[in-house]
Amino acid sequence: MIAGKKSRTRTLLFVELPMVLILLFTLGPYLWMLLTSLTAENRLFTEGPSIIGATFENYIRLFKTVGFLNNMIASLIVAVGTVIVGLSLSVTAAYAFSRFSFRGKKYLMIQFLIINMFPIVLLILPLFVLMRVLGLLDTHLALIIANSTVAIPFSTWMMTSYINGIPKSLDEAAMTDGCTRMGALRRVVLPLCTPGIVATGIYIFITSWNEYLYALTLGGQNVRTITVAIQTLIGEYEVQWGLLTAGGIVGALPATVLFLIVQKRLISGMTQGAVKG
Amino acid sequence: MTMTAPDMPAGRVALAKRVLPYALLSPAVLVTLAIVFFPMIQAAWMSLHDYVLWKPNAITFVGLKNFVAAFQDEVFWISLKHTVIWIGITIPAQMLLGLATAMLLNQEFSWRPLARALIIIPWALPSVVIGLMWVWIYDSNYGVLNDFLLRADIIKQSIPWLADPDTALYAIILTLTWQGFPFFAVMILAGLQSIPKSYYEAASIDGASKFRQFWHITLPGISGVLVTAVLLRTIWVANSIDVIYVMTGGGPGYSTYTLPLYAFIKARTNLDFGYGSALAVLFTIMLLGLVIVYLRKVGGDNK
Repeated sequence: MIAGKKSRTRTLLFVELPMVLILLFTLGPYLWMLLTSLTAENRLFTEGPSIIGATFENYIRLFKTVGFLNNMIASLIVAVGTVIVGLSLSVTAAYAFSRFSFRGKKYLMIQFLIINMFPIVLLILPLFVLMRVLGLLDTHLALIIANSTVAIPFSTWMMTSYINGIPKSLDEAAMTDGCTRMGALRRVVLPLCTPGIVATGIYIFITSWNEYLYALTLGGQNVRTITVAIQTLIGEYEVQWGLLTAGGIVGALPATVLFLIVQKRLISGMTQGAVKG
Repeated sequence: MTMTAPDMPAGRVALAKRVLPYALLSPAVLVTLAIVFFPMIQAAWMSLHDYVLWKPNAITFVGLKNFVAAFQDEVFWISLKHTVIWIGITIPAQMLLGLATAMLLNQEFSWRPLARALIIIPWALPSVVIGLMWVWIYDSNYGVLNDFLLRADIIKQSIPWLADPDTALYAIILTLTWQGFPFFAVMILAGLQSIPKSYYEAASIDGASKFRQFWHITLPGISGVLVTAVLLRTIWVANSIDVIYVMTGGGPGYSTYTLPLYAFIKARTNLDFGYGSALAVLFTIMLLGLVIVYLRKVGGDNK
């Protein structure tokens, strides 16, 4: 009993207390932003952010006056588009990587890995020129294409690791029962890796939703995503922190919620390779 | 029993088998070629030209002039220096904080699952929101950081963190550390959990101190994860422009310029795509060099 009590105190002092401090550091800025966004603008500079008299006036202004809804719709279209492009191209590629051995496989896989490392700044300028030539500047399609530069290699890697986790014997059994290769992929492998597809899709959604530089460079008046809109607010309304932080919360919310839902699966998918390798 | 239609000759089956993986791969590969490799080659091509966007008919081949200009450009060296400082502080800081967090999360306590879920929130936030949030925290008049330090009597008067050339870069480094350490924590935690408990039990029976256990069991156990995490994070941090761009735009003066940011600003503000591309190409080569050296050195030690 005494030993138990002692170790309880030790946990409290050396584990839980430091953990609380780290969480304060991690979440503090976020909560501070939330609190600021709920404080009326006129009180903000006299009393500072406070939970007393919390109001949604900043949020209402954001949607009514600033027109944030359009930005959210633009972000949504781009993100969903990128998810569709990324997933549809990567699932078959991942299946090939996982199930076949063929000439140039290793080389191709390394290519996909290396692409993930390229600085976005290297691609922004040529993509801008390309989109200008194609007349795609300031369209959703331009942003979907640009975001796919990141999404396709990433989701190919994620999907390969998920499909590797499905035993080969299952698709072989299906083929013995008369399925073709593609039939086995569609009827056996795809249903089994649905959780992986969902997690990968959500991750692509989050990165597209959060993307800023492509959206800034290739978007414009018609297609202004939420991240660009937030940045624009900083310029236009220099000191209106209530409005700005409300924009930040709205911009961060969808990705945060989705992330919390899939974080477990996503993290195990991402760390598996690293732990084994 | 064969797996394909029985009337198909054996040769054609083998051919189909050989072609199938390429057929499955080709959409992804072709699109990647079109939207990644083609633009990359184009960037290299642009870097060899005098290419200013507002005079589109004046694209002239200038060879390596842009690269020579970069080496004679004072701002290039300033940006390079900042990039080195910035990676050199941010990555170790993220790693140490991540390691500490992972060690804590590897202990038993009742609300561990909650802590593990909450710790990664910064990872999910858009860079623009992160930038905005920290600009507000650093605000010289109403920012919570100044308020806190003033109350705690650590400073005597408010510091304009982002407006002061001496502190701006370090203020951004703190923000980036905050943004990235959860990634290390999560990766390292996965590594920690792959170490069998019996190793520690055996070591403590042999009377090894906690420190020796950490040095001889924990560190080797997570070294693979550390190598990968440092690599990924370095590439990530090195490439990230958005947080700086939102927080300071590179200022005050050139005090928060980094190489990729300089390339971006050159192209975006001056529309000088030739010089901007040259800077981007130079930066990419340096980064690749760093990655290769790192992999040779660390990867070699690991084997």
